[in-house]
Amino acid sequence: MADHKRKLTIAVSGLNAIDSPGPGVAVIRALREAESFDVRIIGLAYESLEPGIFMHDLVDRTYQIPYPSAGIDAVFERIDYIHSREKLDVIIPNFDAELYPFIRLEKRLKEMNIHMCLPTMEQFEERHKVNLNEFGTRYNLKVPKSTVVHELSSVYSLPSEFKYPVVVKGKYYDASICYNMEQIKTQFNKITAKWGLPIIIQEFVHGSEFNVTGLGDGKGNTISAIPMRKQYITEKGKAWGGISISDKRMLELTHSFISQTKWKGGFELELMKDKNGEFYLLEINPRMPAWIYLSVGVGQNIPEALVRLALGEDVKPFAEYRVGKMFVRFAWDMIVDMEEFQTISTMGEL
Amino acid sequence: MKMKSNIAVSDSGFIFNPDTGESFTVNPIGGLIINQLKEGRETQEISRLIRDKYNVQFATFEKDFDDFIGLLRNYSLIENG
Repeated sequence: MADHKRKLTIAVSGLNAIDSPGPGVAVIRALREAESFDVRIIGLAYESLEPGIFMHDLVDRTYQIPYPSAGIDAVFERIDYIHSREKLDVIIPNFDAELYPFIRLEKRLKEMNIHMCLPTMEQFEERHKVNLNEFGTRYNLKVPKSTVVHELSSVYSLPSEFKYPVVVKGKYYDASICYNMEQIKTQFNKITAKWGLPIIIQEFVHGSEFNVTGLGDGKGNTISAIPMRKQYITEKGKAWGGISISDKRMLELTHSFISQTKWKGGFELELMKDKNGEFYLLEINPRMPAWIYLSVGVGQNIPEALVRLALGEDVKPFAEYRVGKMFVRFAWDMIVDMEEFQTISTMGEL
Repeated sequence: MKMKSNIAVSDSGFIFNPDTGESFTVNPIGGLIINQLKEGRETQEISRLIRDKYNVQFATFEKDFDDFIGLLRNYSLIENG
């Protein structure tokens, strides 16, 4: 039978496949293996040295886009220009920080026939680590105690229930374990300089790190859920190796999260299992994780299903996945011509 | 006492717990004990089998055997008890 797969043009951000990698390259690899469509991939990059820009077997063309801090209009203008050149069908934003403008732009982009599969602004906001305590109470999920700090002087009056060590977290990124007040102050300054205020101080839960990635259809159905145990963790706390597992409680927790919140889109739950075997929900990342290619390895191509949801198609929940599949990340040096770096740096396109 | 049914044990003594993602390796005697437990054998039966097969005193074996079962329990590889 002849292959008559439709061809979709999909723009993907998060091409920074670095030591703390964005999910873009993994998402693209999954899309290239989609069974229900072929793809032309448009990379969306913020910096001219994001490795995905130069991966020409994965990314057909890349455009630089303005940081979210440039404002929604600037982002829209750039997307409008890219769309005029490429006729985008779908955009998959892969950074927490860019979800805000893209959620706001969802309606306008849909009118231009550009589709996305994103959580609502309410879902995006309520799962924010700043609101994790309330989120845990509302949905009956166990979360570590945390407090939001808006100024350095507040750390001196931390509630007495906090015992060292504590975890100091940035609003969007960065987290560090602190064992005394001096370390908290140092981290406060370091994180606020990079990511701004507020910061979050969280109870440190001793245990093993687990993650779940999944996909919700926005109606309370779990399209996909894949639990993973981190096997190799970098200094930045990123999984450099992991394995799919079958823990039923993690799956139940995920179904509960999706059915109660009616989550729409990809996500990652960060969990810690303490010595008593209790799972604590540390964070909900509102987008697919950098290890999303494992979903293809276990038989549930989440990026493909997400694109089909974005296009308004009826997507049936995956029935099963392979347990005991591992991912092992690696670093790889590409040789890049100076001209390419020059073009993306000066023209903003490659 | 029984090994959890979903625990995978390879011929080379590699153990994988699909619930937790933990993996372990055991020597041939450990592998033999685990396979006997998986088949539902009682500890007395396993004890007899090992002592018949290897030249080991009862007291020495019992101590090591208890330690080993304790480890399996500690890593949640055993179903009950």
